[in-house]
Amino acid sequence: MSEHQHEEAHVIEYGNYIFIWLGLLAFTGITVTVSGIDLGNWTIVIALLIACVKSWYVLNYFMHMKYEDVVFKIFILTALFTFFIFLGFTFWDYSFVR
Amino acid sequence: MSSTDHAAVHHVHRDDYGSRMGMWLFLFTELILFGGLFIIYAVYRFTHQTEFHLAAQELNTTIGLINTIALLTSSMTAAMSITAMQKGNIRFSKTLIWVTIGFAFVFMVNKYFEWGAKIHHGIYPGSKDLLAKPEGEILYFGLYYVMTGLHTFHVIVGVIFFLFILRQINQKKIEPTRYVRLENSALYWHLVDLIWIFLFPLFYLIH
Repeated sequence: MSEHQHEEAHVIEYGNYIFIWLGLLAFTGITVTVSGIDLGNWTIVIALLIACVKSWYVLNYFMHMKYEDVVFKIFILTALFTFFIFLGFTFWDYSFVR
Repeated sequence: MSSTDHAAVHHVHRDDYGSRMGMWLFLFTELILFGGLFIIYAVYRFTHQTEFHLAAQELNTTIGLINTIALLTSSMTAAMSITAMQKGNIRFSKTLIWVTIGFAFVFMVNKYFEWGAKIHHGIYPGSKDLLAKPEGEILYFGLYYVMTGLHTFHVIVGVIFFLFILRQINQKKIEPTRYVRLENSALYWHLVDLIWIFLFPLFYLIH
């Protein structure tokens, strides 16, 4: 019998979700405000950084990744690593084309 | 053998852990699907910077912002519906799923008006007005329609998942001790939210 069948379900309280939700709304507000300021190439960098922070909260709390086994975390890191190889190599290629 | 026999009686074809893992593996294929499109976006934005900035002025930031809030809030209610189910509050869980579906409709109605306005102004794939624009703007709107279109398709699929879940709750196939399907549908919904978290600044907030 698998040991996982006896895993205790992790209950996240409503209040914690509301807290995370408020944080996500605040970050959305920051993204919109910052986009109105001309920071040159930094605008897109800041927008993407905030998007990554928001994703981190959604993944860990809404998607319960924080409470999952380490195997799930290795999976997600592998998937993201693969994606960044695609992205990185594409830009590496393009930097020679231009 | 006796322990496996025992297991067979109490856990017939049931492995919530494996079920969630399967859902995550599926979500990674979604990451690659949208990831490919994000890479195309990144390259064309890099090669056509000014045209992308110009084209983005045509989008309505307010509608984009309302849709962002709708998806973030629906993501929260979807996550809360699991808590309600775990606590045995089936009625509240169902209410939260309906609220999630409601926000999905807010999103889709907004998208309908947004696309409608674009199409009314002659900006749609293959239109004369669009083809008269510079190459970068054609690429921007092509990506805009494909990426937000594919995303909205996922919103529709998410609603179908949740309707299916509501039906299974009514049939008592999903209950406070057995709710992995609700968890997996919520995971799918959060992915829809995650993709929008990136689509919103990349399409609506280029100034």
